[in-house]
Amino acid sequence: MKLHLKGGRIIDPVSGKDEMMDVLVLDGRIEKLGTSLTADPSFTVLDLKNKIVAPGFIDMHVHLREPGYEHKETIESGCAAAAAGGFTAVCCMPNTNPAIDEESVARYVREKGRQVCDGIVDVYPIAAATKGRQGEELAPMAELVEAGAVGFSDDGSPIASAEMMRRALEYASMFHLPIIQHAEEPTMTKGGCMNEGFTSTRLGMPGIPAVAEELMIARDLLLLRYVRHARYHVAHISTRGSVEMVRTAKREDLPVTCEVTPHHFTLTDEAVSSFDTNTKMNPPLRTREDVDAIKEGLRDATIDVIATDHAPHTIDEKEVEYTQAPFGIIGLETAIGLSITELVQTNVLMLYQLVEKFSTNPRKILSLPAIKIAEGERANFTLIDPEVRWQVDVARSRSKSRNTPFHGRQLRGKAIGIINKGKYVLF
Amino acid sequence: MKLQSRHLLGLEGMSKEELTLILDTAVSFREILDRPIKKVPPLQGKTVVNLFFESSTRTRISFELAERRLSADVVSFATAASSVSKGETLKDTARNIEAMKIDMVVIRHSAPGAAHFLSRVVDANVINAGDGGHEHPTQGLLDMFTLREKFGSLEGLRVCLVGDISHSRVARSNIYGLRTMGAEVSVCGPKTLIPRDIERLGVRVYHRLEDIIPHVDAFNVLRIQLERQKSGLFPSLREYHRFFGLTKERIDRAGRPITIMHPGPINRDVELSADLADGEHSVILQQVTNGVAIRMAVLYLLGASN
Repeated sequence: MKLHLKGGRIIDPVSGKDEMMDVLVLDGRIEKLGTSLTADPSFTVLDLKNKIVAPGFIDMHVHLREPGYEHKETIESGCAAAAAGGFTAVCCMPNTNPAIDEESVARYVREKGRQVCDGIVDVYPIAAATKGRQGEELAPMAELVEAGAVGFSDDGSPIASAEMMRRALEYASMFHLPIIQHAEEPTMTKGGCMNEGFTSTRLGMPGIPAVAEELMIARDLLLLRYVRHARYHVAHISTRGSVEMVRTAKREDLPVTCEVTPHHFTLTDEAVSSFDTNTKMNPPLRTREDVDAIKEGLRDATIDVIATDHAPHTIDEKEVEYTQAPFGIIGLETAIGLSITELVQTNVLMLYQLVEKFSTNPRKILSLPAIKIAEGERANFTLIDPEVRWQVDVARSRSKSRNTPFHGRQLRGKAIGIINKGKYVLF
Repeated sequence: MKLQSRHLLGLEGMSKEELTLILDTAVSFREILDRPIKKVPPLQGKTVVNLFFESSTRTRISFELAERRLSADVVSFATAASSVSKGETLKDTARNIEAMKIDMVVIRHSAPGAAHFLSRVVDANVINAGDGGHEHPTQGLLDMFTLREKFGSLEGLRVCLVGDISHSRVARSNIYGLRTMGAEVSVCGPKTLIPRDIERLGVRVYHRLEDIIPHVDAFNVLRIQLERQKSGLFPSLREYHRFFGLTKERIDRAGRPITIMHPGPINRDVELSADLADGEHSVILQQVTNGVAIRMAVLYLLGASN
C-alpha cells in the first residue's frame, strides 16, 4: 500500500499537532510527513483538502453479540459497521453467550476480529469482571489479560455487591486495567423502562430514577478512595449528578474516568413520547438539564470519552410493546456525525478535543499504545469530512440490526475512510 | 367539526373543541339508551374487534354494548383464549386479526403505549381501552360527561382524584381532559403513590384528605391495589383506609354536598365507604350508564371518518 494523503488537516493530540500537512504512507507506516510533499506516481493520491486526518478512532463500548446472539450482530457485521463509522478499533462487551469470562472466549473474539473485514478493525475484548457476570466470584482476570482483554466490566448489569466491587478493583489494579461500571443500583430500577420524571409521569411509564445511577457511582468512588491504585471507569454516564461527582472526584485526583454516548447528549426523555422502542436504552434518555450538564462535562474534560454503547437488536425484538422491548440502540455509524453536529457545530468542543475523546483518551484508559502521527509510526488513521451534510438512512447500515432513533436525521460531518494495518477503506 | 385523529389513543393533546364534540355527541346517544329500542344503524356492516389483553368486565361489556347498539359486527378476544399465551407477539396477533378485514380495534393492554404501537402496525381505527398506567380515554370522557351532566359545565369545576395516581390511567385521562375543559384538578394520596413532577401537569397535590375536602366539588376515587402494598408503596389497607379512605363522616364535615365518582370496581370500605358509594351524592352508576353513551359517540365519530 502506497498512499499520499494530500492537503489534509492533521490533528494529533499525542504529539500536539494541529496543522495542514501531507502524509506519505508506505506499507502501513508513515514514511514522510510535511507540507506539500511530492511522491512518485506509484502512490495513490487522496485529496484531503478541508478534511481531517486523525489518529484512528476507537469505540470502547460496543456489543458485537458474538458468540451467542449472532442474529443481532456478528463480529464481522459489527466490524463492518465500525469501519463505516470511522473506527479502526472497537472494544466489545462481555455480555455474550457464553460471556467473555474465560480465556477461550476472549481468544475466540480476538481471533475472529483479525479474520473479518480484512483485519482493518482491531477488536479488543472487555472481559467480564465476575464469572458469568453474576457478580459473585472474580473472573480469571490474569488469564483474560493474557488472552487480550483490555478492561473488565459486567456491563448490562452493575457489579452490585460492594464487597465484590472492592475485590474487582483490587484485582484488576494488578494489571493497570480499569473496572468499567454499568452504574445502576438494581433495587431501584426493577421494571423501569425510561427516566423517572415529568415525562414518565405524563406517559404513565415505570421509571428509572437518576439517583439509582448516582448512588452506585457515589459508592464506587468511596471504594476507589479506599482501594489503592485501582482504576475505575464509568460507562455511559447519563445524569447531572453523576457528572458532578466525577468532576469532584477528579479534582481530588481519584483515578476515575468516564464516557458518554452520543444519544445521551443528543436526545432527552421527551423522545419517549412517541413510544418508539428505539428510544429505550439503559441508562435511559434523561432530561434537558442532564444533557446540558453532560455537554459541560465534555467541555471541561470531566467526561473523557465518547463511546456508542452500540447495542444491536433485531426488528422483531424491538417491534413490541415498550415495556417488553430490550434496551439499546446501534450507534457506530452515527457517532461521529452526531458528535460533530451536536458538539462541534455548537461550539461545545473543538475538533481537537473531539479527537481526544474518540482516540487519545480511550486508548490511554485501556493502556493501549498511543497512536502518534509522526514519521516511522504505524499508520492508523480516521479520515473525516467535518462539514459534509448527510442524512441517516438505516437501510444502508452495515450492522445486522436497524434499531436507531436517528433514521432520517440530518447530520453534519462523517468519516470518509480509515487506514489501519497497511490497508485502507474509503466511503 | 371532526376529530383530528382517526384513532382515540389518549386525551392528552386533544382540543377543547374535540372533547366537546365527543361529549355533545354522547348526549344524543345517552337519550337513545332510554328508548325501548336501543339500536341505531351507523356502524352497520362494520366489524369491531375488542382485544383485551388484560382482564376487564365492565369496560369490555360497555364497549360491546356500544358497538352492538350502533349495529356493528363484534368480535371479542380475551388473553386466556388467545394465541398470546402461545408466545405470539402483539404485532402478529393484530396483523392476523386485521387480515380478517376488520374496521376498528378496541385494545386493553398492560403496557403503556400499546394502543399507539397498534395504531402504527394496523390500518384499522384504534381505540385505547386502557394502556397500562398511561391513559384510559373513554373513562376520562365518561367521567367528564357525568360531571357535566351533574354540574352543567366543567369550567372552574373543582375535581380531586384520590388514591394511587402513579399507576392510574384513569387519573391521567381525567387530568388531561378536565384541565383542557377548564376544570381545577387536584390529586390526593400517599406520597409513595403520587408520581414525580405531577404538578407540572397543572394539578395541585395533597397528602391529607382534610386539606382538600373544603375545596372540592367532586371526588373521583381510584381503586387501590393490594399488590402495591407488597411492592412497599403503602403499609396496609387498614392504614390506607384510615388516612385516604373517603367516608361519610369525613365528607359531612364539609357541610355541603360533594359528588362521588369511582371508575370501579370498588373495594368497599377501603378507598370508599359503602354508605358513600351508595349514597345520594354518588354518581357511580350514572358513570356506568354514561360509559355506553360515550363509547357509542367515540365509535360513531371514528367509524364515520372511514
